[in-house]
Amino acid sequence: MTFLSGLLAFADQVGYQVRLFFLVLHRLPHLLKRRAQLASQLYGAGNKVLHVVVLVSFVMGMVISLQTGLVLAEYGQQDQIGIVVAITMAREMGPFITAVILAATVGSALAAELGTMAVSDELAALEVLSVDRTSYLTMPRVVAMTIMAPILTIFADAIGVIGGGFVARSQLGVGRVLYYDSAIEALQAPAALIALPKDVYGGLFKAAIFGCIIAVISCSSGLRARGGALGVGNATRSAVRDSIIAIIITNYFLSWLFYQA
Amino acid sequence: MERPATRTPDVLPSGPVPEDVIVRFVDVHKAFGKKQVLTGLTLDAMRGETLVLMGPSGTGKSVTLRHAIGLMRQDSGDVWVSGHDMSRIKPAELSELRKHTGYLFQEGALINWLNVADNVALPLIENSDLPRDEIDDRVREKLKLVHLPEVWHEMPGEISGGMKKRVGLARALITEPKVILYDEPNAGLDPEISQSINELIAEIADGLGVTSLVITHMVSCVRTVADRVVLLDEGKVVVDLPPDEFLASDHPRLVRFLGTDPD
Repeated sequence: MTFLSGLLAFADQVGYQVRLFFLVLHRLPHLLKRRAQLASQLYGAGNKVLHVVVLVSFVMGMVISLQTGLVLAEYGQQDQIGIVVAITMAREMGPFITAVILAATVGSALAAELGTMAVSDELAALEVLSVDRTSYLTMPRVVAMTIMAPILTIFADAIGVIGGGFVARSQLGVGRVLYYDSAIEALQAPAALIALPKDVYGGLFKAAIFGCIIAVISCSSGLRARGGALGVGNATRSAVRDSIIAIIITNYFLSWLFYQA
Repeated sequence: MERPATRTPDVLPSGPVPEDVIVRFVDVHKAFGKKQVLTGLTLDAMRGETLVLMGPSGTGKSVTLRHAIGLMRQDSGDVWVSGHDMSRIKPAELSELRKHTGYLFQEGALINWLNVADNVALPLIENSDLPRDEIDDRVREKLKLVHLPEVWHEMPGEISGGMKKRVGLARALITEPKVILYDEPNAGLDPEISQSINELIAEIADGLGVTSLVITHMVSCVRTVADRVVLLDEGKVVVDLPPDEFLASDHPRLVRFLGTDPD
């Protein structure tokens, strides 16, 4: 593949994904009619990954607590560890961990499911039956991921803080009350209209965007799958790879938007 | 160069088609990359007839059917279906045309998370305002028509290949189409079930008076359902005859395709 043909293929893929996103927006008024599919997708997305999110975020909270706690301890500041863990989880690690897990589990499943439908003529059958594929298949999946990603992120944030507290107490000698008081204080903004700091709702907003990106990329990979089982495999692989790349790039710009702009 | 033995004239006029011509292909070309699949296909299917398409694999039979339902667009030439020029048809017209055209896919193409009844009902649930009771009545009627009244609650993964095709056929019939396109309805079935599908196709064609285009490799299908048979080779029609004459023809390409004993 030459550089030019690779560039054209990339532009074609991104163009398809952007078009699919706008088609989904256009079909949002059908949401009430698709409530059964939406409920099924919400349940699937949440049920499939909650235990993974809990496990990974707990360990991630432990790692953040240990790494930063050891450095803070050198300056006698280990009582600040609750703040560091809470802010890191809320701003970055909670949404990011959740998004990567969603891409690897739900995103890959979406691409495989729609890819299998594509290569077994089920998508063609829907078209022949005059069934609106975007409304019937894509829109409920994108909306479900956009809703479920921030919900899972709340779990990730909370469990990460608990994991950090476990290490703070057992390995850094920080008392439980001190740790949780400082963590909770860091996640409150009593004077604000919404009594949460930007770290929390910014993180949840990022999670919603990540969920939407994963669903659009995964659905488009699946819908464009060609060539039997090999095509489905390629669609699944590209869905996960492209989702994670897109999450990392988008994460930078959203962080810049929230904290520097 | 072998001479075509066809009833369809070698040259058909482009432009609007007579009312009794339901499907018309005029000098249609279609390529996928460098591979030319249709190389000047010219073909008519008349109202109410059952036209069988035969030919070696990769010669463009399924591609022909996909053009007739608007799943593919030709590179050149004209495709007319029920009076619509398929290269200029608007999305709303295509959607309306598809509501009056049934398509049976090779593997049935049932939606795997819907049970049999919901698969059959899908076109009506999506495209009509009929109450669910009335839809269920129609589903019951169509499942009975394809001799499968007992699989209402089964999932596609729980029924056999032959049953899937019957359910696919019931789904194709639910909107009471005027044209039905069958993509290898016998593929992968044992001779007994295959013959029962052939009889079902003939029963539907006679009973409902629909126009049918059937792709098959089975001579038994030709004998049971065909009013006319065409042999496609390298993307164009090389033989176009009534079934008895087709099977008796000594056209070299046909003899090579069918072998010495058509049975």
